[in-house]
Formats: sequence, C-alpha cells, structure tokens
Amino acid sequence: MRARPLFLPSALALGLTFLYAPILLLVLFSFNESRLVTVWGGFSLKWYGALFRNEQMLEAALVSLRIATTSATLATVLGTLAALILVRFGRFRGRLLFTGMITAPLVMPEVITGLSLLLLFVSLETTLGWPSGRGVDTIIIAHTTFCTAYVAVVVQSRLGGLDRSVEEAAMDLGARPLKAFLVITLPMLAPALVSGWLLSFTLSLDDLVIASFVAGPASTTLPMVVFSSVRLGVTPEINALATLLVLVATVTILVAAAVLWRQERGQR
Amino acid sequence: MPDHTVWGQCDMMETVAPGAAAARPEGSRPGAVLRRAEARPIIEIDDVVKTFGAFVAVDHVSLTIREGELFALLGGSGCGKTTLLRMLAGFERPTAGRILIGGQDMTDTAPYDRPVNMMFQSYALFPHMTVEANVAFGLRQDRMPRAAIRERVREMLDLVELTPFAKRKPHHLSGGQRQRVALARSLAKHPKVLLLDEPLAALDKKLRERTQLELVGIQERVGTTFVVVTHDQEEAMTMADRVAIMDSGRIIQVDTPHALYEYPNTRFVAEFFGTVNLFEGQLVEDEPDHLLIRCDALANPVYVGHGISAREHATVWIALRPEKLAVSTTRPDAPHNWDRGIVEDIVYLGGISTYHVRLDGGALARVTTQNLERMSAPEITWDDVVYVSWRPDNVVVVTS
Ligand SMILES: Nc1ncnc2c1ncn2[C@@H]1O[C@H](COP(=O)(O)OP(=O)(O)OP(=O)(O)O)[C@@H](O)[C@H]1O
Ligand SMILES: [Mg+2]
Repeated sequence: MRARPLFLPSALALGLTFLYAPILLLVLFSFNESRLVTVWGGFSLKWYGALFRNEQMLEAALVSLRIATTSATLATVLGTLAALILVRFGRFRGRLLFTGMITAPLVMPEVITGLSLLLLFVSLETTLGWPSGRGVDTIIIAHTTFCTAYVAVVVQSRLGGLDRSVEEAAMDLGARPLKAFLVITLPMLAPALVSGWLLSFTLSLDDLVIASFVAGPASTTLPMVVFSSVRLGVTPEINALATLLVLVATVTILVAAAVLWRQERGQR
Repeated sequence: MPDHTVWGQCDMMETVAPGAAAARPEGSRPGAVLRRAEARPIIEIDDVVKTFGAFVAVDHVSLTIREGELFALLGGSGCGKTTLLRMLAGFERPTAGRILIGGQDMTDTAPYDRPVNMMFQSYALFPHMTVEANVAFGLRQDRMPRAAIRERVREMLDLVELTPFAKRKPHHLSGGQRQRVALARSLAKHPKVLLLDEPLAALDKKLRERTQLELVGIQERVGTTFVVVTHDQEEAMTMADRVAIMDSGRIIQVDTPHALYEYPNTRFVAEFFGTVNLFEGQLVEDEPDHLLIRCDALANPVYVGHGISAREHATVWIALRPEKLAVSTTRPDAPHNWDRGIVEDIVYLGGISTYHVRLDGGALARVTTQNLERMSAPEITWDDVVYVSWRPDNVVVVTS
C-alpha cells in the first residue's frame, strides 16, 4: 500500500488548531468552576448566572444590540441605493470618485475613520448645535457609515449578475418602474440584502475602536465593557460572555450561508 | 451519347423554395391572405434613427406592419434588430423619427402604457414566481378581477399545453417549457402586437423546427400581429408572411419569402436569403424586351428575357439559384446561357445533390439536382467535364 502524503492533512490540522484552539479553550473555561481562568476546577454554569446578574454588562449588551440592529438596517437601505446607482446609472460624471468613496471605509484604518467622525461630530455640534453631545445616535451614524460600504459591495455584485430584462419584462407587462423594482428586483436581491444585513450586524456588534471615538458617557457598548474589564484581569464571566458572542456569530454565519445556498440552488 | 441533362425543380419553384424546412406557399393560409389584403396598418415606423454615441444602430428605417401579420426582421448579428424591437416596446427612445402603434403616436410612450408585449430572448421569467403567477402578472397590473384572471391564465396555459406545470417555478422546467411560459405570459394581455426577440434561439435544432410551426399555429389561432426577430433565414421563411432584411441598421428589402427568394433587389439579399451563384458582368445590349450581359467569369453571354429599369448601370450582377441550373454532359447548341466546367465536388444529401462545378473561367458554380429515381446510377461523377446551363427567365439581374 502506498503511503499517503502526510503533509496536507497535517497542515490542515495545524491551521485549524491555530484558528480554533483559542476559541475552544475559551468556551471550555467558561464552564469552569474555579475562579482562576487557567486552572480547571470542574464543570459549572455559575459564570453564566453571574453574567445575567451583571447589570452593567446586560445594559451594554442591550445598547450594542440596539446599535447593531439600527445601523445594519440603515446600512442595508443606503448600501442598496448606492449599489443601484453604481450598477444602473451607467456612466455619469464622478462615477469613479463615487465608487472610490463608497468603498474607502473598507480599507481605511479604523482609527482614522473614528477620529474623523469624532471631528465631524464635534464641529457639527459647535456650528449647528446637533448632535448635542455624543451617545448612541453618533455610534449608529458611525457604524452605518462603514457598514454601508460592505452592503454596497455585496449588493452590487448580486445586482450586476441579475438579468436586466426580467425587470423590463415586468414593465412591459404594465408594472411601473417602482413597482417592478419592488415586486421583481427586490425579491431577487433578497439573499444579498440578508447577507449584507447580517454582515453589518456582526461588524457593528464587534466594533470597539470606532465606537470608542464617538461614544458618550451614557453609551457604553459591550466590546467597550469587555475591554475595560479585561484590563483588570480576565474573569470567567468574560469567558461566558465571549462564548455567547461566538454562538451568536456562528448562528448568523450559518443563516447567511443557508440563505445564499438556497438561492444558488434556485438559480439552477 | 445520351443526354444526361438533369433539370432542377424549375416548375415547382414558383411555389416552394428549397432549403426551407416547411416553406409556406403563398395562399396556403387563406385566412391570412384575405386578412392581409384589407388589413389596416398596426405599426408604422417612420424614418426612425437610433444612435449610441457616434454609432448608428438603426439608420432611417421606415416600415409598415399590418394587422394580423406574422412579420419577421431578419439580419446578421449586430445589425440593429433588437434595437428596433426595443424601440417598438418602448425600452429605447428613437434619436429621430416617429413610431405609430394602432394609428397613435407612441414614440415617447412608456413601455407599461403601450398595447404591445414582448417575449425576451432570455425569456426573462420571474424566478421567484410559479408558472401561473408569471402568466397572471400582466393581468394583475391591469387590476382584473380574480376570477377573470384565473380563467385567462387557464386558457393561456391550455394554449401552450402547460396546464400540468402551473404550480412549478421556472427553474424546474425544461428550455422548451420555459419558452412556452414566456409566450403565454406575453400573450395573456391580448396585446395588439407581440414582439418576439429570437424566440427560438435557445432551443436545439429539432425542437426549434417543431416550435416554429407551433408558433405559426398559435399566431393563427389568437390572430395577434407577431413581429419576430431572427437571424435564421430558414426560420424567417418557415414562419413569416413578410420579411424585412436588415443590414447595418438599414432595411434592404421587405417582401414575402417567395418574392425575396425569386426577386432579390440586391446582391446582399440574394446571398443572405438562400444560396446563389453570383457573376459580375457588363450590359452589352439593353432593350425593353431583353438584355445581353457579358460576364468575365462566363465564356458565353447571358441572355435575359426582360429589360431593367435602371439604365444608368453598366455594371450588373446576375444571380442564379443552384436549383435553376442544369448540368449535362452534352454541349448545348444555344449561343448563350451556358458554360463549361469540371465537377470538383458532389454533395449528396439524399433528396438532392449539389454539384460544385469549377468553370473554365475559374469561378465556382453550385448546381442542385433532385434525385427523383431510386435506381438511376449517377451519370456524372468527379472530374467530369460538364456543361452548366439555365433558362433566360431564371436569371435575376441586380444592379447593386
Ligand atoms: N445600449 C447600447 N449602447 C451602445 N451600443 C449599443 C447598445 N445597444 C446596442 N448597441 C449596438 O448597436 C448595434 C445593434 O445592436 P442590436 O442588439 O440591435 O443587434 P442585433 O441585430 O439584435 O444583433 P444580434 O443578432 O447579435 O442580437 C450593435 O453593434 C450594438 O453593439
Ligand atoms: Mg439581438
């Protein structure tokens, strides 16, 4: 029998270990009885209990969810509009500039994005009196800004692949342009909208840097709480929280994949 | 030595053009002919131009399409057929000129306000709707009562024999079935005119030939005017009452398939519509009752039994259809309308054979003969010296 090449399987195992061992360790230690993070003291759910009694943590989680939901929704609407302009309006003056500006947040260092938004909000406040102070609203605006870029890219690629004549057929059969878009094009874009929304949602939930720049005193998000408490030392409670976040992220990704897969199948 | 002259099907040629799978002789659709004779124009295209930047896609096209007609737009790739059709549907606005539908100027009318429907080349079915919902879509836009919609959808699915598939989504259908859904959907609103952009291009050859006749049948039953775009000459011949031949944005000739085949007005039409032998020549005698033409490629002059109106042309082309030529091993006595050559190739197609004869002047002549007798051994074979001849009234003279 010929010896199987060992290189590829071991490279794969190594890669997977590198990627997932820390996460597995984290999940494991979230069920640790012991207070010490690195010493196994038996199975327990007590840190999850503690987590749900931690008012500050819960409040931050609610703030984060509110921000993520709102900015993902706004970004999906704006990103879709941007994609429509890019794909449907053909060539217009400044198209290249527009494309560049839409996608710039994808490559811009977060520190720069955060700093520039902070400067914007401060100068707006001094000249227009709005927004008065910073808080949830400014974080939502900031997150919407960079999530719009992601949605625009996702929707643009889907829209570019659609057969234009399907929409024309709807108009030919008597539907006005807006109706044709809503009844025909939008359902065909649905998978891209869903995955764009989910992507924005996780990006917003996850963001620490930009939020730190534009947050106010009453708007502490979950990543900010985690970050500040970790500076005082990692507790098993944080492990429990992280485990829950991993769960949310995994479910989100699976849903997005399932939606895309169903659509792929439908196309054939 | 026996005379092995084999004539083509000259006499039958008045009615049936070869090459067409099922050419429809004039008058085979009694209703259609009657209808056409007194039919009102339904589409009037008046000097329409369409440019994209500096590129002229449709160049001063004027056309009248009559009610109840099956009209074909025939032309090579990129000649502007789709652009013209899209202007009729309202998706493109003419750069200049007017378009009248049913006597009303609709040049600037939006697609959703026009009494025409289009069947797209890609079918453009709504992927997230069932067959039924696809067909009902147009009727829903008109806010028709539900019961009436259901009745009409049933009738349409019956027409295209898709009733068992009503609840399916388009991606669970075969190519031919999708094509019929698209047809049913575009006919559901009883449009004044149905525009079809290469309706059969996506089907395989067998299915295409069957569907051509089916489409003609459906058109006769519903009585709607059809405008079919195609780049397939046989398809246009099989289906259409009249054909417009397009080239680089211009209409070259509009006529019945029979007239296009027997009386092409240019070299382009003669070559595009069927196979032809073309020879350039000079007018040496130009009388009201006959012409004499000398061609460099032919040893003998060509005698034509009619005059031509365009006298200023000294250079003309003669067009000879392969089936109107005869090959023979005996030398004709006539002073004109024959030439000598060597058989270079024989293409045997069962019902007919095509002889490729290299004339002494160097030109190639294609001659088609019918294989009428089962037992007769072919008398003419490769490298034989043969004489190619034709009758004076079978010569077409074109001046451009
Ligand atoms: N939107 C457009 N912008 C620029 N040029 C165009 C546009 N639409 C069509 N054209 C050009 O106009 C010409 C005619 O196009 P059209 O689609 O009408 O050709 P067609 O006769 O339908 O050809 P085919 O048989 O390949 O479908 C082509 O050369 C094409 O490149
Ligand atoms: Mg075309």
